[in-house]
Amino acid sequence: MELFQIIILLLDATFRVATPLVLAAMAGMFSERSGVVDIGLEGKMLGAAFAAAAASSAAGSAWLGLCAGVVTSLALSSLHAYACVTHKGNQVVSGMAINIMVSGLTPTLAIAWFHQGGQTPSLSGDARFQPITLPFADAVREIPVIGYTYAELISGHNILVYCAAASVPLVAYILYKTRFGLRVRAVGENPHAVDTAGISVELMRYKALAVTGILCGFAGSYLSTAHGAGFIREMTAGKGYLALAALIFGKWKPVPTLFACLLFAFTDAVQARLQGVELPIVGVIPVQFIQALPYILTVLLLAGFVGKANPPKSIGVPYIKER
Amino acid sequence: MIKRFALAAIAAAAVVTTGMAQADEFKPAIVFDMGGKFDKSFNEAAYNGAEAFKKDTGIDYMEFEVTQVSQREQAMKRMARKGASIIVAMGFAQASAVEKAAKEFPDTKFTIVDMVVDLPNVQSIIFKEHEGSFLVGMAAALTSKTGKVGFVGGMDIPLIRKFALGYVEGAKYANPNAEVFQNMTGTTPAAWNDPTKGGELAKSQFDRGADVVYAAAGGTGIGVYQAAKDAGKFAIGVDSNQNYLHPGTMLTSMTKGVDVAVMEAFANAKAGTWQPGIKVLGLKEGGVNYALDEHNKGVLSQEVIDKLEAARADIIAGKIKVTDYMAQ
Repeated sequence: MELFQIIILLLDATFRVATPLVLAAMAGMFSERSGVVDIGLEGKMLGAAFAAAAASSAAGSAWLGLCAGVVTSLALSSLHAYACVTHKGNQVVSGMAINIMVSGLTPTLAIAWFHQGGQTPSLSGDARFQPITLPFADAVREIPVIGYTYAELISGHNILVYCAAASVPLVAYILYKTRFGLRVRAVGENPHAVDTAGISVELMRYKALAVTGILCGFAGSYLSTAHGAGFIREMTAGKGYLALAALIFGKWKPVPTLFACLLFAFTDAVQARLQGVELPIVGVIPVQFIQALPYILTVLLLAGFVGKANPPKSIGVPYIKER
Repeated sequence: MIKRFALAAIAAAAVVTTGMAQADEFKPAIVFDMGGKFDKSFNEAAYNGAEAFKKDTGIDYMEFEVTQVSQREQAMKRMARKGASIIVAMGFAQASAVEKAAKEFPDTKFTIVDMVVDLPNVQSIIFKEHEGSFLVGMAAALTSKTGKVGFVGGMDIPLIRKFALGYVEGAKYANPNAEVFQNMTGTTPAAWNDPTKGGELAKSQFDRGADVVYAAAGGTGIGVYQAAKDAGKFAIGVDSNQNYLHPGTMLTSMTKGVDVAVMEAFANAKAGTWQPGIKVLGLKEGGVNYALDEHNKGVLSQEVIDKLEAARADIIAGKIKVTDYMAQ
């Protein structure tokens, strides 16, 4: 196979793997920029993945599944807000509690409802988001380079992949160009100033966490109804934490965060293709080493190239009006 | 005071009688491994075997689904203390737990599937997966139009390498120019339950030109079969007959007689004919096979089946030697 084709297919896989990371990282962006640490991205995604698969298998519609996923994630997000905004609880503990609760609750409910040992039935047809072929994709396939790139790389993904792609400019616009975005950033940096201006810090944080919940719902639904075909226990497999790492990696800014997500996904795609391939001089690289590659790369980049990451100033600190 | 004595006496009597009842009763037990009893594969086959025994005899069994490494030994010891007559442990990973539990409870019978534990009260059942994999490897190479076939393993362990080697040898036997891509999902037990990753690995092999992929990866395999269905390629199931999952794109399944092994272990223990030692089940004993049913009728052509049958006879007769990765 020619090199060009290999690269396109690698990037194609990168997009598929990056989608849930991008959505979850954008979700975390709102929460963290508003000053609330969200380690519960993992749990929200898992909850949404389960709700989406369950609703989708019952109703036969991926869209209803997506709605259920978003609602579930929104509910978990509100719980997080209630615990650590209204009651000033510790944000890491609350997030961790959500992760643990969801990881236990989803297989329990799945066993009770579907009797398949913690899985939902596998989904097919309309119960899943199907790939969308963009207009002219088949017609232009034969055109070298551009046509092939369009047909293979740009076309043929499901709607949620395009949603993830659209979410980055949208989030950037909301954060930097709208009044809501300015206020979200302000409550994360200096909540006292926001309060002095007569805006409720608590309400702003609730709103930011609601956005987090919605985006996380998309991320979770993608896992079980678009990329996969059904829920399996612990199917998020640490993607929430990886998204959080990407967010920090990207210094809490939308575009750098997107690149961090793409980097993680790219190394994942590369390692699938590197296994068992004989390279010049070194020969076959052991599987263990290849699988550690994404993490090694992360550490190297984090140490060498990224530089200092400045978190939002009042992240992790519950806002108390008067001390 | 007298009342209290009477109560104590009744309680003591109750304990004694239940104790006696326990000694007489036949109590089988089974410990499933990670992946769970509904993994549609290895553990589910064991579950079906245990259910078949229950249906035949009406005797219920104790069961435990391991979700954490440390639970294996605890679960076995607890079952042994509860008076289990025989404990069947599923999977290679339970070997050390079986060894410890079997030493502590020398009167309890243990059967371990997929691994050898050399103790006087342990029966080890192992399969010649390489022989079954050889046949499905042939089926893959004979069906493939591109001459390229794939293999997706679960956790990178010698047992899975054994599947892979048999598969490669089979593919090369059928088509000396066949190219085989191999991927392992991971190096931790989580690799048995990561369908998303499995699907991505399968897609990466399809991208490279493979059109038949064989998964020996427990629950991860579900993602591989789905990817094959989405891409319109063929997949080969493992352990249980998985042809029914996606009729039309499941070429066949490499079946291991895990269900029969579990049922027989229970039945033999009940009848008193249970023997400790090593039981090796290959093509000859019917322990491994490739699945043919209504779901892959027409998918696997008659011409291929004829060749597979010829190869089966040759393997049994010793004319074809399939390398056992673990014996190397």
